[in-house]
Amino acid sequence: MITVEQRAEFRKHFRYNVGRRLVIDKIVKGVVFGCVILAIVPLGSILVEVITNGSAALSIEFLTQIPGAVGSADAGGIGPAIQGTIVLIGMSSLIGVPVGVMGGIFLSEYGDNRYGRTVRFFNDVLAEFPTIVIGIFAFVMIVLTLGNFSVWAGTFALSIIMLPIITRTTEESLKLVPITYREAAFALGIKRWAVITKIILSQAKNGMVTGILLAVARIAGETAPLIFTILGSSQFMDGFNGPIDALPLRIWRLSSLPYDNAVAQGWGAALVLILMVLSINIGVRYIVLRKKGRGLKLRMRGGAL
Amino acid sequence: MMRIPLKSGSRFVDKFFKIGAAMAATYVLAIILLIVVNLISGSAPVWQKEGLGFLTGSNWNSEEGRESYGAAPYILGTFVTAGIAMAIGVPISIGIAMFLSELAPKIMRTPLSLIIELLAAVPSVIYGLWGLFVFRLYLKDWVETPLHNMFGDNSVIFAGAPFGLDIFTASVVLAIMIIPTISTISREIMLAVPNSQREAAYMLGATKWEVFRLAVIPYSKSGLIGAAILGLGRAVGETMAVTMLIGNSTGAAAFPTSLFQPGQTMSSIMANEFAEASQAGLHMSALIGIGLILFVVAFGINIVAHLLVARVIKSHEGAVQA
Repeated sequence: MITVEQRAEFRKHFRYNVGRRLVIDKIVKGVVFGCVILAIVPLGSILVEVITNGSAALSIEFLTQIPGAVGSADAGGIGPAIQGTIVLIGMSSLIGVPVGVMGGIFLSEYGDNRYGRTVRFFNDVLAEFPTIVIGIFAFVMIVLTLGNFSVWAGTFALSIIMLPIITRTTEESLKLVPITYREAAFALGIKRWAVITKIILSQAKNGMVTGILLAVARIAGETAPLIFTILGSSQFMDGFNGPIDALPLRIWRLSSLPYDNAVAQGWGAALVLILMVLSINIGVRYIVLRKKGRGLKLRMRGGAL
Repeated sequence: MMRIPLKSGSRFVDKFFKIGAAMAATYVLAIILLIVVNLISGSAPVWQKEGLGFLTGSNWNSEEGRESYGAAPYILGTFVTAGIAMAIGVPISIGIAMFLSELAPKIMRTPLSLIIELLAAVPSVIYGLWGLFVFRLYLKDWVETPLHNMFGDNSVIFAGAPFGLDIFTASVVLAIMIIPTISTISREIMLAVPNSQREAAYMLGATKWEVFRLAVIPYSKSGLIGAAILGLGRAVGETMAVTMLIGNSTGAAAFPTSLFQPGQTMSSIMANEFAEASQAGLHMSALIGIGLILFVVAFGINIVAHLLVARVIKSHEGAVQA
């Protein structure tokens, strides 16, 4: 028979036990929340610093003129860098988008075999590759062969960085198109290529555009491969065979100069770059969230998985 | 409504399209192969001169006539910075993933994961700029100087007056940069844990933390390790922020002994010395050789990580469907 005293004692043990566990639970929740804060603080700090320091440098001249002589009072602008970044993005997309989309089509529509799995695997590996290695590869392959730093070399390097992201997102968005669409089209006797290009692609358009834009945002901020390929320049573009400038490269160069006005310009260039990259990212995610809900969004992380 | 393309060309077009797609897919493999071939041929002179001493040596002299190259300090520097970054970044990332997948209220989840993903979108050169002019000063005053004063020159790892441009600063910024990678993947892996696992633990009266520890962690362990290794791959290859913050010493001085001393990594020495090296010289060959080592390291890390992550996601999808 359990006495009243024993029962009270059990209750005490129970409270002690549960209480301890609840306290641990609270502590862990607090720590975990702290982790989230710890990750958000740097982002906030970066945004605040870039906006406050960068907006001071912004002006029409800053955005359009060539940089002044190093160390002179007139620091000039970052016109060539903006032009170079836009040229490089356009040129790389000309290679990266068609090849990436075709690769994605292959993986999704023809890739359910050993070869497809191999390509998918190496595509994922390539997506996580150190970009500096791709840069020095483009240097050996293009710059040393052609004999000079050029837009071509930069384009080649950046298109390699774009490619796996686009391939992956294209594959994922094609796979989201229901199999019944394909079956219905095949039943009508439509050839496979026409099914893919005219029916499947039009359904998967949103996801693919998302992937392409994310790839563009990614290469817009790449610096390391550009050091080895386009070299940087303080003049506007002079043909595809010569060196050009790019925003990330200019930021790096400016930040290593010991002059206050150079550093101020570096912040200005950083503001332009971060506005470009973050607006693409936020815009894309906003549209994806609005249109497709969470399922697609989870699959939209090019190359991460 | 779209016109139905019934007359869709001959069988030849179909074949042609498939071959085109296959060629685009093969392009990826060709690129990887070309990377290997080009890096090996580009670095051949330095391997011929130094042999395996290139991997183990620590001399770094690019003066004409007395040229001598050894990459050991930079290989070590890469692993030390990446290791410290992992030690800081992985626990925080797992915490974030736990919060986002288990604890956060529904309305907070999407915006919070968006913010974390934006951290991954910030270009590395901007992390470098921010680290150089903002973060370094805080870190020096609030963390490095107190640590140095507390343990002083007697301890090895905290020796040397902190200046801010050192291995520690580079590692901390590196940690900030790999947190989004690891936490987003970890979150997805945790979301892939079947709810029946959680429910079983809840039914036994477990608290949230106990559910996480008893049901979620064991189920997702190898995937989390894979996520961490992917983060390691990113940390190993990261260039700009490290180059701007690590202080850039060369030769034997670059051996990482103290946290508060300038160091050098494989990627940072490539970025730093590229402009000084003549295009066909031995110096350039040495830099390409370091690129080759970095390639091998990153390739290995990524393959292991992808195998781990892919296996978890696949087996879990199977489990959910069953």
